[in-house]
Amino acid sequence: MALSKTTRDCLTKRLKKILPKEALLHKTETMQPFECDALSAYRSLPALVCLPDTIEQVQAIMRICYELQVPVVPRGAGTGLSGGALPDNDGVLLVLSKLNHILEIDNQNFCARIEPGVRNLALSDATRPFGLYYAPDPSSQFACTLGGNVAENSGGVHCLKYGLTVHNVLGLKVVTVEGNLLTLGGKTLDSPGYDLLALLCGSEGLLGVVVEITVKLLPCPEYTKVILAAFDDVAKAGLAVSHIIAAGIIPAGLEMMDQVVIKAVEDFVHADFPKVAQAIVLCEMDGNPLEVAEQVEQVEKIMLDSGAIEIRTAKDEVERTLFWKSRKSAFTALGRISPDYYCMDGTIPRRHLPIVLARIKELSKEFDLTVANVFHAGDGNLHPLILYDINYEGELEKVECLGQRILELCVSVGGTITGEHGVGIEKLNGMCMQFETLELNQFLNIKAAFDPHKLLNPGKALPTLHRCAEFGAMHVHQGQLTFPELERF
Amino acid sequence: MTNDLTQALQTEVTEALANKQTLAIVGGNSKRFLKPAKTDKTLHLTQHTGILDYEPCELYITARTGTPLQTIETLLAQHHQMLGSEPPHFSLGLNKATLGGAIACGFSGSRRPFSGSLRDHVLGVKILNGQGQVMRFGGQVMKNVAGFDVSRLMVGARGTLGVLLEVTLKVMPKPPAEITLRIECSLPDTPLLMAKFGRMSLPLSAMAWLEGAIFIRLQGSEVVILDAQRKVGGDVIVNSPQFWLELREQTHPFFRSDQPLWRLSVPPATQLYLPNNEVFIDWSGGLRWWNTNKSAEEVNQMIHQVAGHASLFRDAHAVTGAQPPLDLMPLHQQLKKSFDPHGILNPGILGVPY
Repeated sequence: MALSKTTRDCLTKRLKKILPKEALLHKTETMQPFECDALSAYRSLPALVCLPDTIEQVQAIMRICYELQVPVVPRGAGTGLSGGALPDNDGVLLVLSKLNHILEIDNQNFCARIEPGVRNLALSDATRPFGLYYAPDPSSQFACTLGGNVAENSGGVHCLKYGLTVHNVLGLKVVTVEGNLLTLGGKTLDSPGYDLLALLCGSEGLLGVVVEITVKLLPCPEYTKVILAAFDDVAKAGLAVSHIIAAGIIPAGLEMMDQVVIKAVEDFVHADFPKVAQAIVLCEMDGNPLEVAEQVEQVEKIMLDSGAIEIRTAKDEVERTLFWKSRKSAFTALGRISPDYYCMDGTIPRRHLPIVLARIKELSKEFDLTVANVFHAGDGNLHPLILYDINYEGELEKVECLGQRILELCVSVGGTITGEHGVGIEKLNGMCMQFETLELNQFLNIKAAFDPHKLLNPGKALPTLHRCAEFGAMHVHQGQLTFPELERF
Repeated sequence: MTNDLTQALQTEVTEALANKQTLAIVGGNSKRFLKPAKTDKTLHLTQHTGILDYEPCELYITARTGTPLQTIETLLAQHHQMLGSEPPHFSLGLNKATLGGAIACGFSGSRRPFSGSLRDHVLGVKILNGQGQVMRFGGQVMKNVAGFDVSRLMVGARGTLGVLLEVTLKVMPKPPAEITLRIECSLPDTPLLMAKFGRMSLPLSAMAWLEGAIFIRLQGSEVVILDAQRKVGGDVIVNSPQFWLELREQTHPFFRSDQPLWRLSVPPATQLYLPNNEVFIDWSGGLRWWNTNKSAEEVNQMIHQVAGHASLFRDAHAVTGAQPPLDLMPLHQQLKKSFDPHGILNPGILGVPY
């Protein structure tokens, strides 16, 4: 429903009364920087941008919007990859980046209370002097905010061992669509009633606006070691990963990349990988030095027994950083060999990896498009990247079609359409693929329990039952991500 | 062993709905100290059993909810794995506690502060909502952000949002060895000392306090445990598994008191001046069991002051269990309605009006 001029004027007038001048943007040129998140293929200007710096302001904004029935889209740093913070043309974009204070670091209860605009890495930087850190580390952690992490239930390289955001949040203060302030959980390890924390984590801004977060802090690991192993066969690499887990080891990070990625990375970081390598596995262990030493020995043996053609164990921090660079620069490296790529985010049960990769290879041939695979092997989160050139007519449609087939494949082996990037606006069709009407309807009913008028982040995360036609994935043209300097995935 | 009652259960719910009858959902009845819902009929889940999928190297297990917890734990142990949160059975040896009952009540054992709660390990569920609809949420993978996290919402909802039919849990490798160290420590000094141990790089898997001493469980390889023991000090207790089992299952003599037993969930480092002989601390300080005759009002007031919450856990009569705070009640009510619009599933037991 389009915003009428009367409502727009009334909204502006009332917001001006409660917000300082610099906290309200309404001119196109000042709003332009907010027109998209990191899924920059989708852009839209909001009616207004609000930048509150107190909870009371957030409440007042929500009350006014509720009264005028104006949609509200919450936003953190805008690093999201699924368009979850894409502005609504007829709504307010509620930017929470000014709520960026660390309110308390409690080193006795191992937790911190923070505002949602605090950056993920800034929190760990602040707690490190206490010997503590915040475990979830999405690759965009330099820029992304914790409010956004809660909304997306962000993961990171270390979530196999330390969990996702949902496992590391103890409490939330949430402003409801009506402008009420609710406190969920706190510093206790449980809270009575329904697990609203679980529901809010990963709700993509559809249920409430997070204005304060209590997170769990962990003691910094005393010691870290990383092993790099090369395989001449993807199936062998997959088997090695399974054997590591079967041996009772939970590595802090367990990553894998296929031959297309290896080649691109080699040209980029010159790590001197074996020429015949079809897959590389990175395995990181952390914690007690004795424990790590034991595990390194075990993992090296498992890798060799599984057929690794070469193993390197990082001797020092410099080498460790280099190993990780080969993984973390994968996307940048691919951006150099292909004008465009299209990134998927499916998760599969690990045991199906060889089948899924083989099937992706077949599909790649069928569509005559190269697919590169990077893989959070420990938790089954697969990022196939379809390489293409948007300048060829019909290429994008072909890519989208292949993308859909890959997601279908993930769902068909018992996986999911999105492991960590969220649904946002780009995977609405995938939601139709993954869930039956009954479940989708239940989601819509849950949404209605919080927000019956559908004012919070409308059109995101949940497809309407009528709309299961759209399909998309992450479009990257010429490597043009917002924040191209950030490490990804 | 398979026994799929999905259809029969669905029929029962649909019929109850048509006849405007309410249903109590009952598993092994091991937690009957929690007051059941007063209903027209009972929905029995104990025959709905079977382990549906277990791949040790995938770190998950899927089972029907009537499956005894013991069956699951035995199978996992055969593969050197375990449930990461050590959920209590409250019926040890009787093999009564079911997977569904454990999830519905959502209790976690001593490992909670170190490897997460039972809720943390839930990956997926199949449920029957109050309209007799069978639905699946989550799955078998750790990372899954498609749709709201209904799977974890079910944990601790005590069946008020749906009848649990199947649950997938993340499982963890079982550490090869364990010891428990006993260190003398006064009650007031306990929070500080526990926090100190928590900051050290130790293979901790439980910390408790009872009768003037902290009990620290270390789990891992022999070498790592020996090293940790050197750093921690204290005396090795004789039967480590037994001590933690008696705490988890409340079979320890402490729990044989005639006084009502309160469950206090507080920020772990909280100083609470309770009489030494009335308290058993678990969860590194986060969970405190208190035998006391004090009135509910007194207990609640005291615990609210430290930003915690209290619930009467055992008494001469069955207890209601923890209730959500009043300001969250409207949301609870709306959520309940979204799953069970006619209020037929376990009505009233979480204190949620229907």
